Amino acid sequence: MRRLIYLLPLLLFVGVGVAFLRGFDRDPRDIPSALIDKPAPEFSLPPLPGHKEGLSNATLKGDVTLVNVFASWCIPCKAEHPIITRLAREQGVTVRGINHKDKAEDAIAWLNRNGDPYASIGVDLDGRVSIDWGVYGVPETFLLDRQGRIRFKHVGPLTPQVVEEQILPMVKHLRSAS
Amino acid sequence: MKALLLAVLLALTPLAASAVQPDEVLKDPALEGRAREISKDLRCLVCQNQSIDDSNAPLARDLRVLVRERLTAGDSNQQVLSFVTDRYGDYVLLRPPFKATTLFLWIGPFVVLAIGGVATALYLRGRKGAAVAAGGDTAPLTEDERRRLDALLRKDKV
Repeated sequence: MRRLIYLLPLLLFVGVGVAFLRGFDRDPRDIPSALIDKPAPEFSLPPLPGHKEGLSNATLKGDVTLVNVFASWCIPCKAEHPIITRLAREQGVTVRGINHKDKAEDAIAWLNRNGDPYASIGVDLDGRVSIDWGVYGVPETFLLDRQGRIRFKHVGPLTPQVVEEQILPMVKHLRSAS
Repeated sequence: MKALLLAVLLALTPLAASAVQPDEVLKDPALEGRAREISKDLRCLVCQNQSIDDSNAPLARDLRVLVRERLTAGDSNQQVLSFVTDRYGDYVLLRPPFKATTLFLWIGPFVVLAIGGVATALYLRGRKGAAVAAGGDTAPLTEDERRRLDALLRKDKV
C-alpha cells in the first residue's frame, strides 16, 4: 500500500504529459466566439456596385443562412470557395457574404473568375461591421437560424470535413426546429 | 569599466516598443493615456501574445482606433473593455477575469502549494515519530563509547 504512494509522481507526470500531448492537436487560432446563440449584431452594409442587394439584419431572417466573410486578397478564401459554392448550389443552403476590406473592382473580378454563390453580399470597407461580428481572421463563416441568431462559427477556410460533420447536420437541425 | 557597463546596460534596455502610429494618437493627453492603458490589456487576436498596443496587425490598429473612438464618445475604461469583450469574448483580455470558469486558473497554484505543504508536514511528522519510536538517535552514549569518541577526535587533531 505504501509503495503506491511512490508511484503517484509518475502517474501525475503521465497525466500532465497526456494533457500537453492533446494540446498539440488543438488549434490556438480557434477561439470560442462570444456571439454564439446571440442575435447577429445590428448592421447594414451596402451592395457591391452593380449588385442589387446588400446585407443587413432584415436579410438574415426567415431562412437558415450561412454568412461567409471573404476578400479577394485572401488566399484561403479561394481554397474554400468551391466548398461554399457546392453548399449553395447542391445542398440548397442560403449563403450570404461579407466582403471584408476589399476593393470593389477586385471583389467583382474575383467573383467573375471564381463564381458567385452568394445570395447577396454586403461591403464592409473599413472592417467595422466585421469587428461587431467578432471577426479576427478571414475567412470566417457563421451559421444563423431563422430568427437571425448566430448558432455556429468556423474560423479559417471551410473543409469538406467541417461541412459534413458540423454544418450540414446543423442546417438540417435548424431547419426542422422552427 | 563603468562606461562599458553603462553601454552594455543601455544596449540591453528594451526599447519602448509600441505600434501606435502618430495619426492614431488623441489630442487630449489624458484620454490618450487611458487609451494606452486599455490597449495594453487587450490581446491582438491575430498575433495572440501581443497586446493591441504592441501589434502591427491591421486588426490591432482597427481596435486601437475603436478604443479611442469609444473614449472620445465618453465611455469609461470598463465600458470600452466590455464593448470589446462583447464581440471577442474574455479571450481578448490579457488578464483573465476572476469568475467561475477561470476559478481553477486563479486558485489552482495555491491549491497545489497547499497540497505540497500538507504532504511535507505529514512526511516530517512521520519521520520524527519513527525516530522517537526507534529511540535510536536519542539514546545517550555509554561511557565506553564516549572514551572511544574522544580518542578518535584527539587523534584527528594531530
